[in-house]
Amino acid sequence: MLKVKNLTVKFPSRFGDITAIEDVAMSIASGEIHGLVGESGAGKSTVGAAIIGLLQAPGFVADGQMTLADTDLRNLTAVEAHNMRGKRISMIFQDPQTSLNPLMRVEDQLIETIQAHEDISSKDARARAVEILEEIGIQNASERIKAYPHQFSGGMRQRVVIALALSTNPEVIIADEPTTALDVAVQSQVLDLIKELATNRKIGFMLITHDIGVIAQVADRVSVMRYGKVLESGTTAQVLGDPQHPYTQALLDSVPPLDRKIDRFRVPEEESNPSQKDVGNHAERWLLEGVMQENVGLKVENLRVEFPGVRTSLWQKPDSFTALHDISFDVKPGSILGLVGESGSGKSTLAKAITGLVNPTAGHMALGAETLPPGKLRTRIHPSRQIVQMIFQDPYSSLNPRHRISAILSEPLWLYGLVNDGGERRELARAMLDLVGMAPEDLDKYPHQFSGGQRQRIAVARALLARPRFLICDEPTSALDVSIQAEMLNLLKDLHAKFGLTILFISHNLAVVRQMSDDMVVLRNGRIEEFGRAQNVYQNPKSEYTRELLELTPVLPTTWATK
Amino acid sequence: MTYFILKRLIQSVFVMIAVAFLAFSLFRFVGDPITQMTGVETSIEDQERLREELGLNDPFVMQFARFTGDMLQGDFGYSYRTRQPVGEMISSRIPATLELGIVALFISLLVGIPTGVFTALRPRGFATQTILMTTLVGVSIPTFVIGIIFIFLFGVQLGWLPTFGRGGTVQIGGWESSLFTIDGWRALLLPAITLGLYQLTLTMRLVRAEMMEVLRSDYIRFGMARGVPMRSLYFKHALANTLVPVITIIGLQFGGVIAFSIVTESVFQWPGMGLLFLESIRFVDIPVMGVYLVVIAFFFVLVNLIVDLLYVAIDPRLRVKDTS
Amino acid sequence: MIAFIKRYEGLWLFTRSPAAIIAAIVALLSIMGAAFAPLIASVNPYDLASFSLMDGLLPPMWEEFGISKFPLGTDDQGRDMVSSILYGARLSLIIGLSAMTIATVLGVGLGLAAGYYGGRFDMIVMRIADIQLALPAILTSLLIDGIARGILPSEIQQDLRVAVLTLAIALSLWVNFARTARASTFVQMQKEYVQAAIIMGQRPIRVMFVHILPNILGPLLVIMTVDLASAILLEATLSFLGIGLPADSPSLGTLIRIGMQFMLSGEWWILWIPTLFLVALVVSINILGDFLRDVFNPRLR
Repeated sequence: MLKVKNLTVKFPSRFGDITAIEDVAMSIASGEIHGLVGESGAGKSTVGAAIIGLLQAPGFVADGQMTLADTDLRNLTAVEAHNMRGKRISMIFQDPQTSLNPLMRVEDQLIETIQAHEDISSKDARARAVEILEEIGIQNASERIKAYPHQFSGGMRQRVVIALALSTNPEVIIADEPTTALDVAVQSQVLDLIKELATNRKIGFMLITHDIGVIAQVADRVSVMRYGKVLESGTTAQVLGDPQHPYTQALLDSVPPLDRKIDRFRVPEEESNPSQKDVGNHAERWLLEGVMQENVGLKVENLRVEFPGVRTSLWQKPDSFTALHDISFDVKPGSILGLVGESGSGKSTLAKAITGLVNPTAGHMALGAETLPPGKLRTRIHPSRQIVQMIFQDPYSSLNPRHRISAILSEPLWLYGLVNDGGERRELARAMLDLVGMAPEDLDKYPHQFSGGQRQRIAVARALLARPRFLICDEPTSALDVSIQAEMLNLLKDLHAKFGLTILFISHNLAVVRQMSDDMVVLRNGRIEEFGRAQNVYQNPKSEYTRELLELTPVLPTTWATK
Repeated sequence: MTYFILKRLIQSVFVMIAVAFLAFSLFRFVGDPITQMTGVETSIEDQERLREELGLNDPFVMQFARFTGDMLQGDFGYSYRTRQPVGEMISSRIPATLELGIVALFISLLVGIPTGVFTALRPRGFATQTILMTTLVGVSIPTFVIGIIFIFLFGVQLGWLPTFGRGGTVQIGGWESSLFTIDGWRALLLPAITLGLYQLTLTMRLVRAEMMEVLRSDYIRFGMARGVPMRSLYFKHALANTLVPVITIIGLQFGGVIAFSIVTESVFQWPGMGLLFLESIRFVDIPVMGVYLVVIAFFFVLVNLIVDLLYVAIDPRLRVKDTS
Repeated sequence: MIAFIKRYEGLWLFTRSPAAIIAAIVALLSIMGAAFAPLIASVNPYDLASFSLMDGLLPPMWEEFGISKFPLGTDDQGRDMVSSILYGARLSLIIGLSAMTIATVLGVGLGLAAGYYGGRFDMIVMRIADIQLALPAILTSLLIDGIARGILPSEIQQDLRVAVLTLAIALSLWVNFARTARASTFVQMQKEYVQAAIIMGQRPIRVMFVHILPNILGPLLVIMTVDLASAILLEATLSFLGIGLPADSPSLGTLIRIGMQFMLSGEWWILWIPTLFLVALVVSINILGDFLRDVFNPRLR
């Protein structure tokens, strides 16, 4: 029904025309869910935008044909194009929070959309709107419809967005990363909803995502994109079960499985540099010197963190918000503890409490044999500042954009008095770069000259240059593409093996945690749901919540994997 | 929400007290009130007696309390220069300045907002570029120069409009207004435009920047993807979201208007508070200076309070609790 | 060469914008002229001996009665207009730049600290800013001037004129910097590189000035240009009102005030030439400020 052939989109720039996508072809039948998968920058969103005619200026369609049934989508006048949007093709975006006008009630937005395409009274439009909301699973729709967008939770908001797209009865809906911003359980529900709509209403969906698990769960057909081109296309079973293109094969290899722990990932061309043996050795030796002491473990007992509430009334004292209730766990020296939690579980608060950014209300922490002073009591020069290092989630904000790599890497060296000579510091920094798989020449560059994966490596180098004994990894791969993630996890595994670091690995992604951890803790609403050896937790989860999480995580069915 | 209002009220009161304190310090420490009020011939004993009577030897805090107490009752002291009660002097001038300020603000909003919207919707048009360039020049010309040019052009060369004074005024209760006569309007026009011009450019630029920002947001894009008419997207969705932050600036703008009214009143010899203030500076007439300070701060704080309340009334995110 | 220009987006945009180029040239010429005034000007307008009433009220060179010794004419005291403008611009720029610098240091320092420490300190700074805002720029300047007049004995009043004026203008401008710096600092505090520095145990001063400050410079630079223009205009306004610099050491504003007396009597150059110069200078600064704003906020282009 929707056919695309030879689609090419270009963006003019001061360096000439940049090709965003080239020679893209695909087709979507009614009622079919077509997944468009690829890593960031592959051009998937551009395809969707081009089809519906909403390319960001100054992009333009340079070549190709797009047809919806008999209509030629490329040669429409502005008015025709506008009329077609909504009526025949619609699009939904990733972030439900910014997709809705915060100043308008939901019912007004729905009614307005319906009336834009049909001549119908407001009363009838409202009735229809309520119907749609009920269909997509919002209870008490006739009441809820009067609310404002911010009064809905994330998952519900996305349902409202879907309702808005549905209200015009389009033939095709382009969904651009519709579940990326949602929790696992909610994501599963929304995906089921999309499946239902495709089957019942015969709507064709273009599902754009970077998550292969999502494709596996609901897509009928799939196209794999990289660098603006479609590399492989076919039914989901075909492409995921028996991939032909080497990139697709490598991509599938990078996806961390949920059911077993593998030693090392196979990755598509390594982004890292093969190490020049001599250079890296220097850093390796230096680090090993620091390891001569014993491994340290972390012991957390009855930790409680409360935040004061926001005052909304003069007479009533505001309720305080408890982020962590009575948390106790151990990280055994030299092991990796995986901490799993969804958004709002308190995992970031926990990391902040351990590093001293947040003041615990009660409880006790110990690093090795020494007590870890909490929050404000921890002085700047306390030894734990050196021993505990952290790797953050967002590679685009964890390095100071205005400092050179050399400055960033030297900081821990002079701050902790580890190396006092400037020249030596430079040498060591170079060696460390090599150890994490970067080129020594990168020392004099700025962060913006590197990709996300490379930046994370630099972040690891910075942490290592403090000669830490305890590493906290806070969602270190959540912002990375799956193939880069695989490389990163390999790196962390290697470092752990070589230097015996104790690691606290925090993530919301169960599969990733499975690959990394020896022991595991599941956190929910500030409480520990489950705690034990990782293997046991995954195979025999004791808590209902853990069981649900495991079931709802989208994975590649093992039946398809031929390896 | 009531807590929010209460908090703002308390903040406003705090600001007023701080300003009153500043004014009071002016009184006490700049120059000697006694020497100002009496002549050279008055004997030292008489001066001392006067000091006692006026309570100028009392502790600081007590004097401050008395000062504020007096002000709240309407007693603002006496001018060094004219010996008249400051309260009367200022209140007789308030209508002139307020009318000028409000009309100027009105003009700036009436022209500024639509122009801002227009330049946001057609960012590359020739008209837009011209408007932007003109406003840039406009912002760079000092208010008094604009005033002079206007006087020169419309007053002297063309002789269409009067160049000083308020024209015909009408008494309504205690308020002397020039809004009710054609003559009054003719006299008001030039000063109001002069005063409003600067605010106009600021408003226009702000609206333009905000609107262009809003036009890039996801919900506008989503609206386009659903086929909602562009007209509705521009003028219902985008405009509403643009105006919300703009409203908060109006408070600051009012302050600017009152401030620049000093200059405008000077150029056009408009008999308002600003002119009075200028004269008081020249003669170091501390009482008038101090009270003017308090009055201005009061207006400013009042307008800001109203704007804050408006803001809460308009943005549902502040009104209704987030239940997500 | 072209490749070099293309690498820095700001530079490349500059070369594509005729307005920005002209503005930069005008601003540069003005600043040079003002800086080297003693060398260029034929007359020192402050030196009472260097001019005489006999040369008074001469029109510019191209008019009847004009002579080439005074290319733009003279004022009623016989001072050469060109020299007056150069010296006047000098004073205006000195005051403008000094005021802006003081405002920047004060405002950015307070804003950074307020953003970093938050809590009580932040609240105090904001309250002070609120109070300052309740008294608009001209008001503050006039008040400080009035106070100085009342406090200082009249002998040193004259000498301190420039200092008082600078201080007055600076106090009206710092709030802008403080607010912007504070808001930007709040944003940066959420970024992980700041958290990393704090966790590592860096000193607060270092975190604020070495880590955060370089990242918030963008919007601050824009405000600096805008405020420079404001400072110059403010000084001109004050001088025009008679509160600023006096007639014997005039700034551009004072010159305009003097010139206004002759508006109706035909010696137009005494009024309009300083006016034109002032406007040209401020317009250039504003164009550059606008340009900077566009560079740092590509979405407005």
